[in-house]
Amino acid sequence: MKSIMDYSIKIGGEAGQGIQTVGDTLAHIFARAGYYVFSHQDYESRIRGGHNFYQIRLADKPVSCSRSKIHLLVALDKESILLHEKELSENGHVLYDSFYLKEKFKKANFLDVPLTELAVKHGGSKIMANTVAVGAVAGMLGMDLMIILEGIKRSLAKKGKETVEANLNAAKAGYSFAHEECLTCSFMLAEVKNPKLVISGNEAIGLGAIVSGLKFYSGYPMTPSTGIFNFIAEHALDFGLVVEQAEDEISAINMVLGASFAGVRAMTATSGGGFALMVEGLSLAGMTETPIVIVLAQRPGPATGFPTRTEAADLLFALHAGHGEFPKVILAPGTPEQALSLTYKAFNLAEKFQIPVILLTDQYLADSQWSYDGLDLTNFEYRDYRLRGEDFRGLKEYKRHAFTESGISPLAIPGEAEHVIVTDSDEHDEDGHIVEDAETRIRMVTKRLFRKMPLIKKDMSPPLLYGDINPEILLVCWGSGYGITKEVVDELSADYKIAMLHFSELFPLPEDETWLDIFTKARVVINIEQNATSQLAKLLQMETGIKIEKHINRFDGRPFTIDELKEKIDAFLKRF
Amino acid sequence: MLSLKDFEGQKPAWCPGCGNFMILRAFNEAMVELGLAPHEFVLVSGIGQAGKLPHYTRGHTFNGLHGRTLPVATGIKLANHKLKVFAVAGDGDCYGEGGNHLIHAIRRNPDIKLLVHNNQIYGLTKGQASPTSMKGILTKTQPFGVISETFNPLAMAVALDCSFVARGFSGYSEHLKELIKEAVHHRGFALIDILQPCVSFNKINTYQWYKARVYELDNTYNPEDKILAFQKSLEWDDQIPLGIIYRVNKPTLEEQIPVLKEEPLVKQKLQLGKGQELLNSFY
Ligand SMILES: Cc1ncc(C[n+]2csc(CCOP(=O)(O)OP(=O)(O)O)c2C)c(N)n1
Ligand code: SF4
Ligand SMILES: [Mg+2]
Repeated sequence: MKSIMDYSIKIGGEAGQGIQTVGDTLAHIFARAGYYVFSHQDYESRIRGGHNFYQIRLADKPVSCSRSKIHLLVALDKESILLHEKELSENGHVLYDSFYLKEKFKKANFLDVPLTELAVKHGGSKIMANTVAVGAVAGMLGMDLMIILEGIKRSLAKKGKETVEANLNAAKAGYSFAHEECLTCSFMLAEVKNPKLVISGNEAIGLGAIVSGLKFYSGYPMTPSTGIFNFIAEHALDFGLVVEQAEDEISAINMVLGASFAGVRAMTATSGGGFALMVEGLSLAGMTETPIVIVLAQRPGPATGFPTRTEAADLLFALHAGHGEFPKVILAPGTPEQALSLTYKAFNLAEKFQIPVILLTDQYLADSQWSYDGLDLTNFEYRDYRLRGEDFRGLKEYKRHAFTESGISPLAIPGEAEHVIVTDSDEHDEDGHIVEDAETRIRMVTKRLFRKMPLIKKDMSPPLLYGDINPEILLVCWGSGYGITKEVVDELSADYKIAMLHFSELFPLPEDETWLDIFTKARVVINIEQNATSQLAKLLQMETGIKIEKHINRFDGRPFTIDELKEKIDAFLKRF
Repeated sequence: MLSLKDFEGQKPAWCPGCGNFMILRAFNEAMVELGLAPHEFVLVSGIGQAGKLPHYTRGHTFNGLHGRTLPVATGIKLANHKLKVFAVAGDGDCYGEGGNHLIHAIRRNPDIKLLVHNNQIYGLTKGQASPTSMKGILTKTQPFGVISETFNPLAMAVALDCSFVARGFSGYSEHLKELIKEAVHHRGFALIDILQPCVSFNKINTYQWYKARVYELDNTYNPEDKILAFQKSLEWDDQIPLGIIYRVNKPTLEEQIPVLKEEPLVKQKLQLGKGQELLNSFY
């Protein structure tokens, strides 16, 4: 079924102009009205000035990426017009304020809305200009005014009656103006029903952690991971979480290790540079068999790179992070829904196997917002793998690192029995005390690594195949590549037997290897990665021997859009 | 009744005559006298000769990384503030590699007792200069002598308004034991810098060297006077004061976190039932 309604709205302007507020408000209003939305942001590492934009896709079916063509450009500065006018679709419109941009455009598809003037007149202040813009967008789209007003009321409810009233008036003014003045606007909105929820990758991880029993979070701010920190801190009081801003990432991971040792589920989040500082702590988690979850929200490197942009070039870094040999798990969600479920899985794997688990995301997933009819929490059953209370007190003796068949030693918490719990970053014996002898060393490595690894592999899921089950063309991707690749498959499936193979459980690869067959069956395999060196392909070759020959890489810090990616794939397919 | 037998640990791998033995003894005796059983406290240590102490006594132990004792100890304290938490570190460990953590631990003021075995040298790595090494001393890695100023941990701690600042000497283990007990009785972050002769690598700051200089502060000294404390903390060359240099009562980190008002975090019930409500807030 081909959808008729699929609009893209871009809001551009300088940092500090409130682009994000306008974008967020619109996205939420659309979703509450029952539309599906997808939004992504492109911003510079600055607080004022420069050029930023916020793009929202609005449709009557689920959408999972941005398109290149836009239908409505809200230009809060002149730069937005210079940069993005060329992206307008055939009947695309521009909304701007000639007073603000100090220039009048004589084009039929440009609607000059006196945002500032209307704001002062109807909202009582210049700062209402953004609300006027929200109203004007809705007016141009021809949405029901009531829906907009309801939406604004809801999102501002906490701000008091006066603020709400002023905003409602401002929105109404923008709405009426645009509705009456935009003679060429011909947007067709589909009939939709149930409200949708809107959630970003970062929020989904925060939510996932809280519903998985997180109790302690420590972190050091670093884009694009900070949204997780904000989310968890916001809900700390409500859910009984302790949140501590560390002096650096080394401290953050060590605090998390301490909290976990003391018996609570603990997590930290950072980006590449901070993760680099955490690496010794990661290794310590491996040696002391302390369960922790680390979110690595990637951004382009090396070093500070593009602080606010996207890239997925830390996969092999995460894989090899930590000196010495110890088991770890790497999960890379592709959507907020996966982020929610994989965060749950991360906490469980970490505790079940007493290992560090890395959740690998990137700026694109962290900040983009997806909409859903609903998300299901019923499978998020809490299972405590630690030894506490009576079970612990009743033991005759306790050895923190006892040798067992599974390699997993009982994980008790200090203070609940008379047994002492000892662990060490040095190689240690079953009791946790320093040793130097070769025999214990071999037994410990066997326990930590060789015994546990096959069990971990049993718990890992195979990659997801989406599209034709016997594809001639196979698109391989991981992490945030999901949304875009999926839609490409949808669009090309009329012409080709095509499918996507999406990896979200990256390491270790699952014990069951039947999914490998698909690589020999497909005629063309194309690997798509948001990095320069095809790191997933390298991982696959290393772990399975499979070698992929065709690659599409993007490493300019910007996400793929569907149209661009389709073009690149087409170019490959034409050669066959 | 606890006795020293309850604190018998592994056989120490320290050099004969090392100042660490007397610190170990002072610690064990303090635990006996305080009535703190091994399962009631956690020892967090780093890497170095000092960092091995937990293995030679008995208590819950997290022997972590070089320099990182305080963050681990803070994490433990926040997860379970009913546990007594000690951090044990060397001068290199705590004033060098982990210096940043010390500054911020003092600022946070968790109820953690930090024992720094200050031998003014890197013992375990065989005799390089530490932050507290005296200017001019020659080592293999400082062949022209130490150029940097000697770090003064006590002056820094007083300047940062650390809630308990003290100096002990491993040669006076009775005095040290009393200091450890005082620190435990004090509510808040406590730094005890312990002068500890390293018989193998520090041939300057020997037992004799310390004995010729140290003196015990008597009860005419008022550790609540910050300016005086700062002056005391600057005394070094000929006269080295031992005892509580500075003490101030203020709320601890864990007391100021609303979530920790009642029970320790580890004992609190999860609020998973509210998950759906949180999810619904996304509509
Ligand atoms: C990250 C890291 N760097 C270096 C070392 C090597 N190392 C171990 S102990 C130590 C210094 C020990 O000096 P100190 O902390 O004063 O302890 P001491 O042995 O004197 O008690 C060093 C540099 C290490 N273990 N980890
Ligand atoms: S090297 Fe020095 S500090 Fe280390 S055990 Fe020997 S005497 Fe003690
Ligand atoms: Mg030392």
